[in-house]
Amino acid sequence: MSDESLLSRRNALKCMAYGGAGTLFALSGGVLAPINLAMAADDASGAAKLGKPLFVQISDTHIGFNKEANPDVDATFGQTIDIVNGMAIQPALIIHTGDITHLSKPAEFDTAQQLFSRLRTTEIHTVPGEHDTSDATVTEYFNRFGKASKNKGYYSFDHAGVHFVALINVLQFKPGGLGTLGADQLAWVAADLKGRSSSTPIVVFAHMPLWTIYEPWGWGTGDADQLLGQLRRFGSVTVLNGHIHQIVQKVEGNMTFHTARSTSYPQPVAGVGTGPGPLKVPSDQLAGMLGITSVSVVSHPRSLALDDRSLA
Amino acid sequence: MISIRFRPWLTAVSVALLWGSMVCVPAAAQTSDANKILIQEFMFMPNPLTVKAGSTVTWVNMDDEPHTVVSNTAMFRSGALDTKESFSFKFTQPGTYHFTCSIHPRMVGIIVVE
Repeated sequence: MSDESLLSRRNALKCMAYGGAGTLFALSGGVLAPINLAMAADDASGAAKLGKPLFVQISDTHIGFNKEANPDVDATFGQTIDIVNGMAIQPALIIHTGDITHLSKPAEFDTAQQLFSRLRTTEIHTVPGEHDTSDATVTEYFNRFGKASKNKGYYSFDHAGVHFVALINVLQFKPGGLGTLGADQLAWVAADLKGRSSSTPIVVFAHMPLWTIYEPWGWGTGDADQLLGQLRRFGSVTVLNGHIHQIVQKVEGNMTFHTARSTSYPQPVAGVGTGPGPLKVPSDQLAGMLGITSVSVVSHPRSLALDDRSLA
Repeated sequence: MISIRFRPWLTAVSVALLWGSMVCVPAAAQTSDANKILIQEFMFMPNPLTVKAGSTVTWVNMDDEPHTVVSNTAMFRSGALDTKESFSFKFTQPGTYHFTCSIHPRMVGIIVVE
């Protein structure tokens, strides 16, 4: 075992007892271990060992939303951008896991793109949420962000030895059901992963959760099992989603599932209230319920660390 | 039919929500409400809705969350309806028409055209 993994394991064990608001999740060999963020920040060498930020996940910016739960989503997205731009080492990539806009309106996409352009990190990868594909013609998102996927919505790329797979699960809804990937996309994933070494760290991202969190609210993807079956042979798989505006996570074998906070407004915990709509909270609590997830390589190439940071 | 029996009650609710409970709307002004579907608390109401062939059905979103109205057979598709926004479609042929909200696909509704 390397000194680095010894250190992170020791820290992880130590910090299990701490708890606290800021928590960093170091993924080592598929085991998600919480590490106190304050300690990582206090200990410069420790922070350095946590690795270079690989990418930051932003989700559910909902540009165009203006209701009581957050009358100024442009401002909270702006705060998010300031936090990312203020990181000591800039992430190589930004990933947006969908619901860029609230109503798929051209003006909302324009505002979102203007805000995106303020990010110091210029490489941005997106997948759409169902709010981005809710225009009658389902064209606004693809006109602006469709190039990477040739308007299919799914694509892959590599960065720093990590293979990224971007998926779309908001187009082929079966009425009454969950999100759907569909046969074509699943076949494409199989071809994309074929021949890749099982030691390649995989990051999969899509808007709706790729595991069923709460079926009555559609918080899941009906045919995700066919995707997960293809991912099981890999030693490190990180599945990142948005959609539910709160952090929910689980570990299954070598796969870590994690949903990000929104930058716009919180949503209720599964099953509380009439549906997954905006949750109004006292204004002094809002920032603490919004945020981003940053992902670092801990001990290249075997593990990734997830760090959730609120706007508070 | 149940949907018809309850329609006056639903109409009263819609009027109260749209205009406030102090306003009393004459019965004549409510005629078009017979073909109205309220989208409220992540449900289409009434559901099913029965109308005569040639009727224009209007969906009105009463939620803070946007919804859409999408035909299962690609016959009609609204854009995202924000709060108080509406979408209308004229049904010329008798039949049973299923629709859903593409943002919340568990929301489903039926229109019966006689």
